[in-house]
Amino acid sequence: MDKTVNQKAWFLVLPVFAVVAFSAILPLMTVVNYSMQDTFGNNQFFWNGVGWFKELLDPSTDLGGRFLASLGRNLFFSAVILAIEVPLGIVVALSMPREGWSVAACLVILALPLLIPWNVVGTIWQIFGRPDIGLMGYVLNAMGIDYNYVSNDIDAWVTVIVMDVWHWTSLVALLCYAGLKSIPDAYYQAAQIDGASRWAVFRAIQLPKMNRVLLIAVLLRFMDSFMIYTEPFVVTGGGPGNSTTFISIELVKIALGQFDLGKAAALSLVYNLIILIVCWVFYTVMTNAGTERKPQEGAA
Amino acid sequence: MARIDLVDLAHSYGGPHAPQDSYALKPVTMTWRQGGAYALLGPSGCGKTTLLNLISGIVTPSHGQILFDGKDITPLSTQKRNIAQVFQFPVIYDTMTVGQNLAFPLRNRGVPKAEVDARVKQIADLLDLTPNLNRKATRLTADAKQKISLGRGLVRSDVAAVLFDEPLTVIDPELKWQLRSKLKALHRELDLTMIYVTHDQTEALTFADTVVVMHDGRVVQSGTPAELFDKPAHTFVGYFIGSPGMNIVPAQVSGHEARVDGHTIGLHRNYGVLPKDKKIEIGVRPEFVDIAAPASGLLSATIERIDDLGRIQFARVRVGNAKFAARVPPGFSPSGDTAGLVFNPAHVHVYADSHLVEGVA
Repeated sequence: MDKTVNQKAWFLVLPVFAVVAFSAILPLMTVVNYSMQDTFGNNQFFWNGVGWFKELLDPSTDLGGRFLASLGRNLFFSAVILAIEVPLGIVVALSMPREGWSVAACLVILALPLLIPWNVVGTIWQIFGRPDIGLMGYVLNAMGIDYNYVSNDIDAWVTVIVMDVWHWTSLVALLCYAGLKSIPDAYYQAAQIDGASRWAVFRAIQLPKMNRVLLIAVLLRFMDSFMIYTEPFVVTGGGPGNSTTFISIELVKIALGQFDLGKAAALSLVYNLIILIVCWVFYTVMTNAGTERKPQEGAA
Repeated sequence: MARIDLVDLAHSYGGPHAPQDSYALKPVTMTWRQGGAYALLGPSGCGKTTLLNLISGIVTPSHGQILFDGKDITPLSTQKRNIAQVFQFPVIYDTMTVGQNLAFPLRNRGVPKAEVDARVKQIADLLDLTPNLNRKATRLTADAKQKISLGRGLVRSDVAAVLFDEPLTVIDPELKWQLRSKLKALHRELDLTMIYVTHDQTEALTFADTVVVMHDGRVVQSGTPAELFDKPAHTFVGYFIGSPGMNIVPAQVSGHEARVDGHTIGLHRNYGVLPKDKKIEIGVRPEFVDIAAPASGLLSATIERIDDLGRIQFARVRVGNAKFAARVPPGFSPSGDTAGLVFNPAHVHVYADSHLVEGVA
């Protein structure tokens, strides 16, 4: 094969390369560089090798303890919101109308929370939950429920979780709705003829057909919830105590609060790695699920 | 197993008060006898799928009744009608094996497990699906999937009729023949009423013993394939069935004679005097018109081209302004552009406003 050799093409790639270098590669390499060093300010750095990484994985050190505790909170948070948002999103999608003007109305209402900026969501719930002036906080306390997300761990967690469910269930619902819409009518008609109950229709037709979109929904929701920062930071600031301090909040504290650039760099690399690995696992699972569905030749 | 009667059945998707011209199915009264193999034949949008969905209960009619063995089942839901339906695209339950797919309608109805297993085995044998019983249904080819859809209908022992909605659309041509003869065999074996919707006349004519031709929401003729071929009750039937379709040309008809383009064609029957206000046409199948060398006694035509279909040749000709197809007799080769047409009077039919006029012998 004859390939046209045209070295001028490199000049066309160069701008992109420069942008990517300055926006991604150089900052990332700076972080890698920091993660191997310690600093006491004044722009003076000392070589520390893999010391920070060792500390990160050792729960007896300050850094390791804080990392593992916040990692646990992150995993728990992601598990809880997935357990709530995925089934809830499916239920919402199933109960949405299929045709008529109400479809558009439902879609707009569902999309609204997704359009609100993260810190506005945080502010909304921060005020909403205040026992003195917030509608929810005031009503709950008036009903005799002692609710205060500033002083009670469980209340803080409930607030953060409910806020995330309010913010993101729409995404799952919209994805599922799209999956449901793609099921041809013939499936429902055949199920009717086969005498299938509502539950059997869900198990045999709707759930399998939503498989792909559900995987995407789980992936997106896991990634996003694992990286959560803004909303809990605005609402609880990571408290009371450290009870809602997630990895991202811990990271900001270490990097900007304590100015421990080395520790923060090591932590952010590990954080990044966890997300990449989970991404890769999900991607593999999804691609495999796709190939399994291909019909084989000569199977008749 | 049942006889199905349609009594003044009609349906409009625009509600019962829409003008009747807009009805997807105009009022029809007919009987489908128990054990018959019927084909509903017509072009897209003629109402055949609507009629099928009315029978299966997926659509509720605007007017009229459907009787199974004399019992009115119009208000019953699809589940309670004991109908099996095979759709255009194979419907299978993705997560289940072939066996579970076949068992699904029985399990939904709470049939005991032993009975379900026996029935599934029997149907799988019948449809040659036994080797695949434990495989995931999604992994099979389109024709096997279509057999599963059919099997889900057949497992129920009380099924009143099996409805097919263009079931061979997604099947490869060479497998179409296999599957169609399988259906024929099943029909003979199981003594089920089968109704087969298609727009493909070959499928309809080979599958069915009675073909119901629909046009524009109406049933225009129902009869055996031979009847449809020999004596179309409507010009649409003549045109739609047969390849090429029937020749239909305007004519003046009186008594035993039809005049076309200033030429007189003899007729087999006496038509007396036909009403003046109707559009009178004669129809004759290309198989019953031969072209010959131009002669003074023959209707003359201009040859446009000759189509060689292998065992038979058809000449595409023009009579005045009308297009016409005629058989080229074996051994005849036309010289020049003009030819004469020789009609077989027994097969020349007369139509008034598209409907067949029965002459007196």
